[in-house]
Amino acid sequence: MSEITCKCGHVNPEGTELCLSCGRALTTDAEEKKTSDVMRYEGMARRSQTYNGSIIDKVWNFFSSVKVGVWLIVITLSASALGTIFPQVLFISPLEAPEVYYEERYGVAGEIYYILGFHDLYNSWWYLLLIAAIGTSIIIASLDRVIPLYKALKHQRVNRHASFMKRQRIYTEYPLYSSDTFSKIKDGLRNKRYRIREEDGNLLAEKGRFSRWGPYVNHTGLIIFLIGAMLRFVPGMYVDEVMWIREGETMAIPGTDQEYFLKSEGFTVETYDADEDKEVFGATIDRVGAIAKNFQTDAILLKREDGVAGDSSNLVEVEEHPIRVNQPFKFDNFALYQVDFRQGEFRSMSFNLVQKESGDSFGPFEIDLTQPEDEYQLDDDHRVELMGYYPDFSGFENGEPQSPSPVPNNPAFLFKLFSPEHPDGEVAFIAIQQNLEPLGENDYQLSFNGVETRDVSGLTVRKDLTLWILALGGAIFMIGVVQGAYWNHRRVWVKRTEEGGMLVSGHTNKNWFGLRKDLEAAFTNTGLEQPKDQHEQNLNKVSAGGAKEEENRDTTS
Amino acid sequence: MNNRKKKRLIVRITILSVLIAAVVYTLYSTLTEDERMIVKAGDQAPDFVLTDLNGETHRLSDYKGQGVFLNFWGTWCKPCEKEMPYMENQYQAFKDQGVQILAVNVGESEFQVKNFAKKYNLSFPIVRDSQKDVMYSYAIGPLPTTLLINPEGEVVEVVKSGMDEETVASYMEMIKP
Repeated sequence: MSEITCKCGHVNPEGTELCLSCGRALTTDAEEKKTSDVMRYEGMARRSQTYNGSIIDKVWNFFSSVKVGVWLIVITLSASALGTIFPQVLFISPLEAPEVYYEERYGVAGEIYYILGFHDLYNSWWYLLLIAAIGTSIIIASLDRVIPLYKALKHQRVNRHASFMKRQRIYTEYPLYSSDTFSKIKDGLRNKRYRIREEDGNLLAEKGRFSRWGPYVNHTGLIIFLIGAMLRFVPGMYVDEVMWIREGETMAIPGTDQEYFLKSEGFTVETYDADEDKEVFGATIDRVGAIAKNFQTDAILLKREDGVAGDSSNLVEVEEHPIRVNQPFKFDNFALYQVDFRQGEFRSMSFNLVQKESGDSFGPFEIDLTQPEDEYQLDDDHRVELMGYYPDFSGFENGEPQSPSPVPNNPAFLFKLFSPEHPDGEVAFIAIQQNLEPLGENDYQLSFNGVETRDVSGLTVRKDLTLWILALGGAIFMIGVVQGAYWNHRRVWVKRTEEGGMLVSGHTNKNWFGLRKDLEAAFTNTGLEQPKDQHEQNLNKVSAGGAKEEENRDTTS
Repeated sequence: MNNRKKKRLIVRITILSVLIAAVVYTLYSTLTEDERMIVKAGDQAPDFVLTDLNGETHRLSDYKGQGVFLNFWGTWCKPCEKEMPYMENQYQAFKDQGVQILAVNVGESEFQVKNFAKKYNLSFPIVRDSQKDVMYSYAIGPLPTTLLINPEGEVVEVVKSGMDEETVASYMEMIKP
């Protein structure tokens, strides 16, 4: 481990570019670099670049590199862009199998898209690794820079070497040093709210140092944000479930650890009325038809006071509350959102037993589809036995009625009809618009008498305990941005030379115009010309005009 | 100097390990998201109480000391229908050896379940979970799902597909006290 001893005698750690004491450039490399680049981190050694021994150091140095960080961001952005070419798996119909869907629709490109995991980008392992690498890069690169920077600014000396002064962008050498001028400059800068340090007739005036921490505050906010996003995976922090509930039903609410139940008192859809809301909606209703006004589920929340799953004897009513779009029902960190509905699901059907020949009708009887009964007694002589119920009738297979789902989309029934003429019963199969008499012609038939329907509410159950962390991260992020963007770190050095002259130089991380204005104010009473901006002079030489006044390209935030 | 270097190494290792741990945890959680919430092998089976078709209540914890073959099913589900007779056969073989079957029907009417049981002559207890309460507590996804619970009340295996008769038998053998 070698150290660098400066001409002034100060011992600097390896990798240092500008002597920590006097500010001399320590290497020819540093001497040739642009001043703004050297000054970005005050010429401090970035620790990453100085130790490269073990594998740990190599990993550390990899992530410490800003170049690597930028590439990681570029790659992540490109991947995100590619992920928008075909729809994400979330948005394709749940009935489609993704492994087939992409290939069938988009050919080879779709297949590659699927295999590489672009179809579910945010859950792809490699995308998550990229995000993790960016997070790591932010943490390590920041640590590697903010610590030396903090130390350098904290320990900076008032008296700098002439070569340090000379290479600053604002620099002028005055032939004569007088304590009068010196104190005028000092007072002028103090009036501009610079913090003044003085040593043997030398001066360091500084303001807005805290703006240098902006990027690191910003990064802290980002990291907090990432932590918040990560916490979603911790059980109990985040719930996102879907539940369907029919009018009148009481169901367990998923994701609540079997604690809460919901009863639906009813679902309503309202539309704007062409007469009532004529002023606002009249024209639009004429043009496009009905406009939805409200989707609402009237719900009652129940809580299981005690007991295990399946035991609903101890449900206590907690609260009655409507659930409307964008107006969720909130309770105990949970929120129920109205997101979907299905109207007109069959709830019950009723029939009459009719003798075909005479037209005599018996009944009606009603079948509640949620709890059909074995037998319906119509009068002393006539009864109907229910032999089979197929809620989602799709056809026959080996003579047997099929129902591929438990949802009553297309209810069908197998009946046995008992009458005085047929004490052993006649078999009838009834579905919507379908009447079969599988065992031969019957004397009796069932005639459809009516149907009752009900609506089904689709609700999202959401719990997110990470929101405040995300908000906090976002707020800190913005504070960092503001801190770094609206303030600048300005410094002015005044040095008395051994020959009795005076050197004045200035540096700022951005907004050189502001620094020049400060200097102008500080120098008005001195009778001296204000220190010159060498960069601007060069520009003037080149373009021979003042058009580049605002050229402040080399910012060093 | 050596001391400083050592300290630096320790600091770096610490920070990197924290980061790696966070990344591994996140990756693991994401990639196993579907599986994560479900009751897994090794977990204590959540207790529940449900009523069967004869009006008798069955509480899982009352079966401690016996193996429980816990099957979630629906009448409309083909693979469920297929494995029911196998379960019935093996139930006859294993019920005297301390293996109990509890078949939990999810959300269907008593009529349908009774009809189904009659059709296949099922003699093991069939309970109905009409509010999907027990289904949520086990985070059951597609049907059929079968959990094998040993006499200590611990889940030995979660089977998320239909089974043939041999498999049913071997699973029952597995949870025999």
